[in-house]
Amino acid sequence: MIPDSGNTAFILICTALVMLMTPGVGLFYGGLVRRKNLISMFALSFAALAIVSVQWILFGYSLAFGPDIGGLIGSLEYIGLRGVDFSGAGIPDLLFMAFQMMFAAVTLAIITSAVAERIKLSSFIIFGLLWTTLVYDPLAHWVWGGGWMAASGILDFAGGIVVHISAGWGALALALVIGKRAGFGQYSMEPHNIPLTLLGGALLWFGWFGFNAGSALAANGLAVNALIVTNTAAAAGTLAWMAASWINGKPSSIGMISGSIAGLGAITPAAGFIDPIGAVIIGAVSGLLCYYALLWRLNRSLDESLDAWAIHGVGGVWGTVALGIFAVSGIGGITGLIGGSSAQLALQAVGAVAAVAYAFAVTFMIAKAVDLTMGLRVTEEEEYVGLDISQHGESIYV
Amino acid sequence: MKKIEAIFRPEKLDDVKTALAENGFFPLTVSDVRGRGAQKGIQLQYRGKMMEVDLIPKIKIEMVIRDDDVPKAIGTIRAAARTGRYGDGRIFVIPVELSAMVRTGLFVSE
Repeated sequence: MIPDSGNTAFILICTALVMLMTPGVGLFYGGLVRRKNLISMFALSFAALAIVSVQWILFGYSLAFGPDIGGLIGSLEYIGLRGVDFSGAGIPDLLFMAFQMMFAAVTLAIITSAVAERIKLSSFIIFGLLWTTLVYDPLAHWVWGGGWMAASGILDFAGGIVVHISAGWGALALALVIGKRAGFGQYSMEPHNIPLTLLGGALLWFGWFGFNAGSALAANGLAVNALIVTNTAAAAGTLAWMAASWINGKPSSIGMISGSIAGLGAITPAAGFIDPIGAVIIGAVSGLLCYYALLWRLNRSLDESLDAWAIHGVGGVWGTVALGIFAVSGIGGITGLIGGSSAQLALQAVGAVAAVAYAFAVTFMIAKAVDLTMGLRVTEEEEYVGLDISQHGESIYV
Repeated sequence: MKKIEAIFRPEKLDDVKTALAENGFFPLTVSDVRGRGAQKGIQLQYRGKMMEVDLIPKIKIEMVIRDDDVPKAIGTIRAAARTGRYGDGRIFVIPVELSAMVRTGLFVSE
Protein backbone atom coordinates (compact mmCIF):
# COMPACT_ATOMS: atom_id res chain seq x y z
CA MET A 1 0.00 0.00 0.00
CA ILE A 2 1.24 3.46 -0.85
CA PRO A 3 0.26 5.99 1.85
CA ASP A 4 -1.76 9.00 0.80
CA SER A 5 0.12 12.31 1.02
CA GLY A 6 -2.85 14.36 2.23
CA ASN A 7 -3.66 11.90 5.00
CA THR A 8 -0.02 11.71 5.98
CA ALA A 9 0.28 15.50 6.19
CA PHE A 10 -2.84 15.73 8.32
CA ILE A 11 -1.85 13.00 10.79
CA LEU A 12 1.67 14.44 11.12
CA ILE A 13 0.06 17.67 12.30
CA CYS A 14 -2.42 15.83 14.54
CA THR A 15 0.50 14.02 16.18
CA ALA A 16 2.02 17.39 17.07
CA LEU A 17 -1.36 18.62 18.33
CA VAL A 18 -1.77 15.64 20.64
CA MET A 19 1.80 16.06 21.90
CA LEU A 20 0.87 19.58 23.05
CA MET A 21 -1.88 18.12 25.24
CA THR A 22 0.65 16.60 27.64
CA PRO A 23 2.23 19.93 28.64
CA GLY A 24 -1.36 21.22 28.55
CA VAL A 25 -2.24 18.74 31.28
CA GLY A 26 0.87 19.88 33.18
CA LEU A 27 -0.23 23.53 33.09
CA PHE A 28 -3.83 22.63 33.87
CA TYR A 29 -2.75 20.67 36.94
CA GLY A 30 0.10 23.05 37.81
CA GLY A 31 -2.27 25.95 38.31
CA LEU A 32 -4.52 23.87 40.57
CA VAL A 33 -1.86 23.01 43.15
CA ARG A 34 -0.16 25.23 45.71
CA ARG A 35 2.71 27.37 44.45
CA LYS A 36 5.33 25.12 46.03
CA ASN A 37 4.31 22.26 43.72
CA LEU A 38 3.78 23.90 40.34
CA ILE A 39 7.11 22.85 38.84
CA SER A 40 6.61 19.33 40.13
CA MET A 41 3.19 19.04 38.50
CA PHE A 42 4.46 20.32 35.17
CA ALA A 43 7.55 18.11 35.41
CA LEU A 44 5.43 15.01 36.06
CA SER A 45 3.66 15.57 32.75
CA PHE A 46 6.95 16.02 30.94
CA ALA A 47 8.27 12.91 32.66
CA ALA A 48 5.20 11.02 31.42
CA LEU A 49 5.88 12.19 27.86
CA ALA A 50 9.52 11.12 28.07
CA ILE A 51 8.92 7.75 29.77
CA VAL A 52 6.15 6.73 27.38
CA SER A 53 7.99 7.97 24.28
CA VAL A 54 10.90 5.62 24.97
CA GLN A 55 8.79 2.71 26.25
CA TRP A 56 6.52 2.97 23.20
CA ILE A 57 9.20 2.58 20.55
CA LEU A 58 11.01 -0.16 22.49
CA PHE A 59 8.04 -2.44 23.17
CA GLY A 60 4.86 -0.52 24.05
CA TYR A 61 3.72 -0.16 20.47
CA SER A 62 4.30 -3.84 19.87
CA LEU A 63 2.29 -4.84 22.96
CA ALA A 64 -0.59 -2.61 21.91
CA PHE A 65 -0.59 -3.05 18.13
CA GLY A 66 1.48 -6.15 17.46
CA PRO A 67 -0.12 -9.37 16.12
CA ASP A 68 -2.85 -10.49 18.54
CA ILE A 69 -2.23 -13.15 21.19
CA GLY A 70 -5.47 -14.60 22.53
CA GLY A 71 -7.34 -11.28 22.28
CA LEU A 72 -5.39 -10.01 25.30
CA ILE A 73 -2.08 -8.52 24.18
CA GLY A 74 0.03 -7.86 21.11
CA SER A 75 3.11 -9.97 20.44
CA LEU A 76 6.62 -8.58 20.51
CA GLU A 77 6.95 -8.78 16.74
CA TYR A 78 7.39 -5.01 16.45
CA ILE A 79 9.92 -4.79 19.28
CA GLY A 80 12.16 -1.76 18.75
CA LEU A 81 9.89 -0.88 15.81
CA ARG A 82 11.16 -3.86 13.82
CA GLY A 83 9.27 -4.01 10.52
CA VAL A 84 7.38 -0.77 11.18
CA ASP A 85 8.14 1.35 8.14
CA PHE A 86 6.97 3.90 5.58
CA SER A 87 4.37 1.65 4.02
CA GLY A 88 0.83 1.41 5.32
CA ALA A 89 -2.84 1.79 4.54
CA GLY A 90 -3.57 5.50 4.11
CA ILE A 91 -0.70 6.64 6.32
CA PRO A 92 2.75 5.13 7.00
CA ASP A 93 2.80 2.59 9.84
CA LEU A 94 5.54 4.66 11.47
CA LEU A 95 3.25 7.68 11.58
CA PHE A 96 0.41 5.65 13.09
CA MET A 97 2.90 4.50 15.71
CA ALA A 98 3.91 8.11 16.51
CA PHE A 99 0.31 9.33 16.62
CA GLN A 100 -0.62 6.56 19.06
CA MET A 101 2.49 7.28 21.15
CA MET A 102 1.12 10.72 22.02
CA PHE A 103 -2.14 9.17 23.24
CA ALA A 104 -0.23 6.86 25.57
CA ALA A 105 1.80 9.80 26.87
CA VAL A 106 -1.12 12.08 27.68
CA THR A 107 -2.91 9.23 29.44
CA LEU A 108 -0.06 8.79 31.90
CA ALA A 109 0.04 12.57 32.40
CA ILE A 110 -3.67 12.63 33.31
CA ILE A 111 -3.17 10.07 36.08
CA THR A 112 -0.73 12.38 37.92
CA SER A 113 -3.83 14.10 39.34
CA ALA A 114 -4.00 11.37 41.98
CA VAL A 115 -0.52 11.93 43.37
CA ALA A 116 -0.27 15.71 43.19
CA GLU A 117 1.89 17.40 45.84
CA ARG A 118 3.09 14.16 47.47
CA ILE A 119 4.65 11.72 44.96
CA LYS A 120 8.32 10.84 44.91
CA LEU A 121 9.59 11.49 41.39
CA SER A 122 11.62 8.28 41.30
CA SER A 123 8.58 6.24 42.33
CA PHE A 124 6.47 7.94 39.68
CA ILE A 125 8.97 6.97 36.98
CA ILE A 126 8.80 3.30 37.99
CA PHE A 127 5.03 3.42 38.49
CA GLY A 128 4.57 5.13 35.13
CA LEU A 129 6.64 2.58 33.28
CA LEU A 130 4.69 -0.29 34.85
CA TRP A 131 1.34 1.43 34.38
CA THR A 132 1.75 2.24 30.70
CA THR A 133 2.98 -1.31 30.09
CA LEU A 134 0.41 -3.23 32.16
CA VAL A 135 -2.67 -1.02 31.96
CA TYR A 136 -2.47 1.22 28.90
CA ASP A 137 -0.90 -1.18 26.39
CA PRO A 138 -3.32 -4.09 27.01
CA LEU A 139 -6.36 -1.78 26.94
CA ALA A 140 -5.17 -0.15 23.73
CA HIS A 141 -4.72 -3.64 22.30
CA TRP A 142 -8.19 -4.79 23.38
CA VAL A 143 -9.93 -1.85 21.73
CA TRP A 144 -7.70 -0.75 18.84
CA GLY A 145 -5.11 -3.45 18.32
CA GLY A 146 -7.42 -6.32 17.38
CA GLY A 147 -8.05 -7.60 20.90
CA TRP A 148 -11.24 -9.03 22.41
CA MET A 149 -13.16 -5.76 22.64
CA ALA A 150 -12.57 -4.98 18.98
CA ALA A 151 -13.54 -8.56 18.05
CA SER A 152 -16.81 -8.34 19.96
CA GLY A 153 -17.73 -5.01 18.37
CA ILE A 154 -17.10 -2.65 21.29
CA LEU A 155 -16.27 0.78 19.87
CA ASP A 156 -14.03 3.59 21.03
CA PHE A 157 -13.32 6.19 18.39
CA ALA A 158 -10.50 8.12 20.05
CA GLY A 159 -9.95 6.87 23.56
CA GLY A 160 -12.94 7.02 25.90
CA ILE A 161 -11.99 3.59 27.19
CA VAL A 162 -8.29 3.54 26.41
CA VAL A 163 -7.43 7.03 27.63
CA HIS A 164 -10.16 8.44 29.88
CA ILE A 165 -11.52 5.41 31.69
CA SER A 166 -8.04 3.98 32.17
CA ALA A 167 -6.52 7.22 33.50
CA GLY A 168 -9.59 8.27 35.50
CA TRP A 169 -10.28 5.00 37.28
CA GLY A 170 -6.57 4.32 37.57
CA ALA A 171 -6.23 7.69 39.32
CA LEU A 172 -8.92 6.70 41.81
CA ALA A 173 -7.06 3.49 42.70
CA LEU A 174 -3.73 5.32 42.88
CA ALA A 175 -5.18 7.99 45.18
CA LEU A 176 -6.49 5.30 47.53
CA VAL A 177 -3.04 3.72 47.75
CA ILE A 178 -0.97 6.88 48.19
CA GLY A 179 -3.37 8.48 50.69
CA LYS A 180 -4.42 12.06 51.32
CA ARG A 181 -2.17 15.08 51.25
CA ALA A 182 -1.08 16.27 54.69
CA GLY A 183 -3.72 18.69 55.89
CA PHE A 184 -6.35 17.66 53.34
CA GLY A 185 -9.75 18.61 54.74
CA GLN A 186 -8.15 20.58 57.59
CA TYR A 187 -7.08 23.72 55.79
CA SER A 188 -7.71 25.10 52.35
CA MET A 189 -5.63 24.04 49.37
CA GLU A 190 -6.85 26.64 46.94
CA PRO A 191 -5.53 26.63 43.36
CA HIS A 192 -2.68 29.12 43.31
CA ASN A 193 -2.70 30.16 39.66
CA ILE A 194 -6.02 29.99 37.85
CA PRO A 195 -4.80 31.57 34.57
CA LEU A 196 -2.29 28.72 34.16
CA THR A 197 -5.10 26.22 34.56
CA LEU A 198 -7.18 28.07 31.98
CA LEU A 199 -4.21 28.16 29.61
CA GLY A 200 -3.61 24.44 30.08
CA GLY A 201 -7.30 23.76 29.50
CA ALA A 202 -7.24 25.88 26.34
CA LEU A 203 -4.26 23.90 25.03
CA LEU A 204 -6.16 20.69 25.79
CA TRP A 205 -9.23 21.85 23.86
CA PHE A 206 -6.97 22.85 20.95
CA GLY A 207 -4.99 19.62 21.03
CA TRP A 208 -8.20 17.61 21.22
CA PHE A 209 -8.95 18.48 17.61
CA GLY A 210 -5.88 16.46 16.69
CA PHE A 211 -6.87 13.77 19.16
CA ASN A 212 -10.40 13.22 17.83
CA ALA A 213 -10.27 14.41 14.22
CA GLY A 214 -6.94 12.63 13.77
CA SER A 215 -8.55 9.41 14.98
CA ALA A 216 -10.29 9.22 11.60
CA LEU A 217 -6.70 8.47 10.43
CA ALA A 218 -7.50 10.35 7.24
CA ALA A 219 -8.22 13.89 6.07
CA ASN A 220 -11.86 13.17 5.26
CA GLY A 221 -15.45 13.92 6.18
CA LEU A 222 -15.30 11.74 9.27
CA ALA A 223 -12.43 13.87 10.59
CA VAL A 224 -14.49 17.00 9.92
CA ASN A 225 -17.44 15.53 11.81
CA ALA A 226 -15.16 14.57 14.71
CA LEU A 227 -13.75 18.09 14.92
CA ILE A 228 -17.22 19.67 14.95
CA VAL A 229 -18.73 17.34 17.55
CA THR A 230 -15.61 17.72 19.69
CA ASN A 231 -15.96 21.48 19.76
CA THR A 232 -19.71 21.20 20.34
CA ALA A 233 -19.43 18.83 23.29
CA ALA A 234 -16.69 20.94 24.86
CA ALA A 235 -18.90 24.02 24.57
CA ALA A 236 -21.98 22.23 25.95
CA GLY A 237 -19.96 20.82 28.85
CA THR A 238 -18.60 24.28 29.65
CA LEU A 239 -22.08 25.80 29.78
CA ALA A 240 -23.59 22.91 31.77
CA TRP A 241 -20.93 23.03 34.49
CA MET A 242 -21.16 26.81 34.55
CA ALA A 243 -24.93 26.61 35.06
CA ALA A 244 -24.67 23.95 37.79
CA SER A 245 -22.05 25.91 39.71
CA TRP A 246 -23.97 29.16 39.23
CA ILE A 247 -27.03 27.68 40.92
CA ASN A 248 -24.84 26.65 43.84
CA GLY A 249 -22.82 29.87 44.07
CA LYS A 250 -20.60 31.64 41.56
CA PRO A 251 -19.78 30.35 38.06
CA SER A 252 -16.03 29.92 38.50
CA SER A 253 -13.66 29.88 35.54
CA ILE A 254 -12.15 26.64 36.86
CA GLY A 255 -15.64 25.17 36.76
CA MET A 256 -16.06 26.30 33.17
CA ILE A 257 -12.78 24.79 32.01
CA SER A 258 -13.49 21.61 33.98
CA GLY A 259 -16.80 21.42 32.12
CA SER A 260 -14.92 21.78 28.84
CA ILE A 261 -12.69 18.83 29.71
CA ALA A 262 -15.72 16.84 30.87
CA GLY A 263 -17.41 17.42 27.51
CA LEU A 264 -14.21 16.61 25.62
CA GLY A 265 -13.62 13.39 27.55
CA ALA A 266 -17.16 12.21 26.93
CA ILE A 267 -17.22 12.99 23.21
CA THR A 268 -13.90 11.22 22.59
CA PRO A 269 -15.24 7.67 22.21
CA ALA A 270 -18.28 8.81 20.24
CA ALA A 271 -16.76 11.45 17.95
CA GLY A 272 -16.86 9.24 14.83
CA PHE A 273 -20.41 7.99 15.32
CA ILE A 274 -22.67 10.84 16.36
CA ASP A 275 -23.93 14.13 14.94
CA PRO A 276 -23.58 17.64 16.43
CA ILE A 277 -27.01 17.52 18.09
CA GLY A 278 -26.05 14.31 19.87
CA ALA A 279 -22.83 16.08 20.87
CA VAL A 280 -24.76 18.86 22.61
CA ILE A 281 -26.54 16.28 24.77
CA ILE A 282 -23.44 14.19 25.45
CA GLY A 283 -21.41 17.27 26.40
CA ALA A 284 -24.09 18.87 28.58
CA VAL A 285 -24.86 15.65 30.46
CA SER A 286 -21.15 15.07 30.96
CA GLY A 287 -20.69 18.55 32.41
CA LEU A 288 -23.42 17.89 34.99
CA LEU A 289 -22.39 14.30 35.74
CA CYS A 290 -18.75 15.20 36.30
CA TYR A 291 -19.69 18.22 38.42
CA TYR A 292 -21.74 16.04 40.76
CA ALA A 293 -19.05 13.33 40.73
CA LEU A 294 -16.60 15.97 41.95
CA LEU A 295 -18.96 17.05 44.74
CA TRP A 296 -19.46 13.41 45.71
CA ARG A 297 -15.69 12.95 45.92
CA LEU A 298 -15.33 15.99 48.14
CA ASN A 299 -18.14 14.84 50.41
CA ARG A 300 -16.48 11.46 50.80
CA SER A 301 -13.25 13.35 51.58
CA LEU A 302 -11.38 11.41 48.89
CA ASP A 303 -8.15 13.14 47.90
CA GLU A 304 -8.05 12.28 44.22
CA SER A 305 -6.58 15.71 44.14
CA LEU A 306 -7.18 17.21 40.72
CA ASP A 307 -10.21 15.17 39.69
CA ALA A 308 -8.99 12.93 36.91
CA TRP A 309 -11.56 10.43 38.18
CA ALA A 310 -14.50 12.83 38.40
CA ILE A 311 -13.81 14.40 35.01
CA HIS A 312 -12.01 11.83 32.83
CA GLY A 313 -13.18 8.66 34.56
CA VAL A 314 -16.85 9.53 34.87
CA GLY A 315 -16.95 11.45 31.57
CA GLY A 316 -15.25 8.55 29.78
CA VAL A 317 -17.78 6.03 31.06
CA TRP A 318 -20.67 8.28 30.10
CA GLY A 319 -19.29 8.92 26.60
CA THR A 320 -18.54 5.25 25.99
CA VAL A 321 -22.13 4.34 26.89
CA ALA A 322 -23.59 7.41 25.14
CA LEU A 323 -22.07 6.20 21.87
CA GLY A 324 -24.55 3.30 22.07
CA ILE A 325 -27.41 5.73 22.64
CA PHE A 326 -26.78 8.53 20.14
CA ALA A 327 -24.93 6.82 17.28
CA VAL A 328 -26.29 7.80 13.86
CA SER A 329 -25.73 5.25 11.10
CA GLY A 330 -25.07 7.90 8.44
CA ILE A 331 -21.87 8.97 10.20
CA GLY A 332 -20.02 5.90 11.42
CA GLY A 333 -22.31 3.11 10.23
CA ILE A 334 -23.60 2.38 13.76
CA THR A 335 -27.18 2.80 14.94
CA GLY A 336 -27.75 3.65 18.57
CA LEU A 337 -30.72 3.44 20.90
CA ILE A 338 -32.38 6.56 19.50
CA GLY A 339 -32.25 4.91 16.06
CA GLY A 340 -34.06 1.91 17.55
CA SER A 341 -31.17 -0.48 18.14
CA SER A 342 -30.00 -1.48 21.61
CA ALA A 343 -27.30 -3.95 20.55
CA GLN A 344 -24.46 -1.38 20.51
CA LEU A 345 -25.53 0.07 23.86
CA ALA A 346 -25.19 -3.33 25.52
CA LEU A 347 -21.75 -3.81 23.96
CA GLN A 348 -20.61 -0.35 25.09
CA ALA A 349 -21.78 -1.02 28.65
CA VAL A 350 -19.76 -4.25 28.73
CA GLY A 351 -16.71 -2.41 27.40
CA ALA A 352 -17.00 0.39 29.95
CA VAL A 353 -17.46 -1.96 32.91
CA ALA A 354 -14.60 -4.23 31.86
CA ALA A 355 -12.26 -1.27 31.35
CA VAL A 356 -13.19 0.28 34.71
CA ALA A 357 -12.60 -3.01 36.52
CA TYR A 358 -9.30 -3.73 34.75
CA ALA A 359 -7.87 -0.22 35.10
CA PHE A 360 -8.86 0.07 38.76
CA ALA A 361 -7.67 -3.37 39.84
CA VAL A 362 -4.36 -3.43 38.00
CA THR A 363 -3.49 0.16 38.91
CA PHE A 364 -4.22 -0.64 42.55
CA MET A 365 -1.84 -3.62 42.43
CA ILE A 366 0.95 -1.71 40.68
CA ALA A 367 0.62 1.19 43.12
CA LYS A 368 0.70 -1.18 46.10
CA ALA A 369 3.78 -2.94 44.73
CA VAL A 370 5.67 0.33 44.18
CA ASP A 371 4.56 1.61 47.58
CA LEU A 372 5.78 -1.52 49.38
CA THR A 373 9.12 -1.63 47.59
CA MET A 374 10.22 1.99 47.27
CA GLY A 375 7.44 4.06 48.80
CA LEU A 376 5.20 6.31 46.76
CA ARG A 377 5.24 9.29 49.08
CA VAL A 378 7.86 11.86 49.92
CA THR A 379 8.66 12.39 53.61
CA GLU A 380 6.46 14.68 55.67
CA GLU A 381 9.07 17.45 55.63
CA GLU A 382 9.56 17.22 51.87
CA GLU A 383 5.82 17.45 51.41
CA TYR A 384 5.70 20.49 53.68
CA VAL A 385 8.48 22.29 51.83
CA GLY A 386 6.91 21.33 48.52
CA LEU A 387 7.97 19.03 45.71
CA ASP A 388 9.52 21.83 43.62
CA ILE A 389 12.34 22.23 46.10
CA SER A 390 12.44 18.70 47.51
CA GLN A 391 12.22 16.81 44.20
CA HIS A 392 13.72 19.25 41.72
CA GLY A 393 15.76 21.71 43.77
CA GLU A 394 13.91 24.56 42.10
CA SER A 395 11.39 27.18 43.02
CA ILE A 396 9.09 29.34 40.90
CA TYR A 397 9.88 32.52 42.81
CA VAL A 398 13.36 33.89 43.30
CA MET B 1 -1.60 50.54 72.70
CA LYS B 2 0.40 47.61 71.48
CA LYS B 3 1.12 46.18 68.09
CA ILE B 4 1.03 42.42 67.75
CA GLU B 5 3.21 40.94 65.02
CA ALA B 6 2.58 37.24 64.66
CA ILE B 7 4.47 35.01 62.24
CA PHE B 8 3.12 31.51 61.72
CA ARG B 9 2.41 28.71 59.23
CA PRO B 10 0.56 29.82 56.06
CA GLU B 11 -1.91 26.93 56.29
CA LYS B 12 -3.07 28.23 59.68
CA LEU B 13 -4.22 31.63 58.38
CA ASP B 14 -7.90 30.72 58.12
CA ASP B 15 -7.92 29.24 61.63
CA VAL B 16 -6.17 32.25 63.12
CA LYS B 17 -8.39 34.78 61.33
CA THR B 18 -11.53 32.99 62.47
CA ALA B 19 -10.34 32.64 66.06
CA LEU B 20 -9.35 36.32 66.25
CA ALA B 21 -12.72 37.44 64.89
CA GLU B 22 -14.53 35.21 67.40
CA ASN B 23 -12.56 36.86 70.20
CA GLY B 24 -13.31 40.39 69.06
CA PHE B 25 -10.08 41.15 67.20
CA PHE B 26 -11.25 42.10 63.75
CA PRO B 27 -8.88 44.64 62.11
CA LEU B 28 -5.61 43.15 60.91
CA THR B 29 -3.02 43.34 58.13
CA VAL B 30 -1.74 40.14 56.50
CA SER B 31 1.49 39.64 54.55
CA ASP B 32 3.17 36.71 52.86
CA VAL B 33 6.69 36.52 54.20
CA ARG B 34 9.65 34.14 54.10
CA GLY B 35 12.12 33.69 56.85
CA ARG B 36 14.17 31.44 59.07
CA GLY B 37 14.18 30.67 62.75
CA ALA B 38 16.45 29.02 65.26
CA GLN B 39 16.17 25.66 63.50
CA LYS B 40 18.00 27.12 60.46
CA GLY B 41 15.21 26.07 58.15
CA ILE B 42 14.58 22.54 57.04
CA GLN B 43 17.27 20.03 56.12
CA LEU B 44 16.40 17.55 53.42
CA GLN B 45 18.48 14.42 53.05
CA TYR B 46 19.49 13.86 49.47
CA ARG B 47 21.41 10.65 48.83
CA GLY B 48 23.70 11.44 51.74
CA LYS B 49 24.01 15.05 50.67
CA MET B 50 22.26 17.59 52.86
CA MET B 51 20.10 20.16 51.18
CA GLU B 52 19.04 23.17 53.22
CA VAL B 53 15.87 25.10 52.67
CA ASP B 54 16.55 28.04 54.92
CA LEU B 55 13.85 30.52 53.94
CA ILE B 56 10.46 29.06 54.63
CA PRO B 57 7.20 30.72 53.55
CA LYS B 58 5.19 32.04 56.49
CA ILE B 59 2.30 34.40 57.12
CA LYS B 60 2.69 37.57 59.16
CA ILE B 61 -0.28 39.34 60.68
CA GLU B 62 -0.13 42.75 62.33
CA MET B 63 -2.76 44.24 64.60
CA VAL B 64 -2.87 47.17 67.00
CA ILE B 65 -4.79 46.52 70.23
CA ARG B 66 -5.30 47.84 73.72
CA ASP B 67 -2.68 46.92 76.33
CA ASP B 68 -5.16 44.91 78.38
CA ASP B 69 -5.99 42.74 75.38
CA VAL B 70 -2.42 41.52 74.77
CA PRO B 71 -2.64 38.24 76.75
CA LYS B 72 -5.98 37.39 75.16
CA ALA B 73 -4.67 38.10 71.64
CA ILE B 74 -1.53 36.03 72.17
CA GLY B 75 -3.56 33.19 73.64
CA THR B 76 -5.98 33.25 70.73
CA ILE B 77 -3.23 33.22 68.09
CA ARG B 78 -1.27 30.47 69.83
CA ALA B 79 -4.30 28.25 70.22
CA ALA B 80 -5.14 28.56 66.53
CA ALA B 81 -1.65 28.45 65.00
CA ARG B 82 0.12 25.84 67.12
CA THR B 83 0.96 22.38 65.79
CA GLY B 84 3.57 21.57 68.41
CA ARG B 85 6.36 21.15 65.86
CA TYR B 86 9.37 23.29 64.99
CA GLY B 87 8.40 26.17 62.74
CA ASP B 88 5.14 27.16 64.43
CA GLY B 89 6.31 30.77 64.54
CA ARG B 90 6.66 33.78 66.82
CA ILE B 91 4.54 36.54 68.32
CA PHE B 92 6.05 39.95 69.05
CA VAL B 93 4.48 42.77 71.04
CA ILE B 94 5.62 46.29 70.20
CA PRO B 95 4.60 49.55 71.88
CA VAL B 96 2.60 51.93 69.67
CA GLU B 97 2.71 55.67 70.31
CA LEU B 98 -0.05 56.88 68.11
CA SER B 99 -2.69 55.70 65.70
CA ALA B 100 -4.30 58.17 63.31
CA MET B 101 -7.25 57.36 61.10
CA VAL B 102 -6.86 58.53 57.49
CA ARG B 103 -10.55 59.21 56.90
CA THR B 104 -11.35 61.23 60.03
CA GLY B 105 -7.96 62.39 61.22
CA LEU B 106 -8.87 60.97 64.61
CA PHE B 107 -5.87 60.36 66.85
CA VAL B 108 -5.72 57.54 69.33
CA SER B 109 -2.76 57.37 71.63
CA GLU B 110 -3.67 54.69 74.15
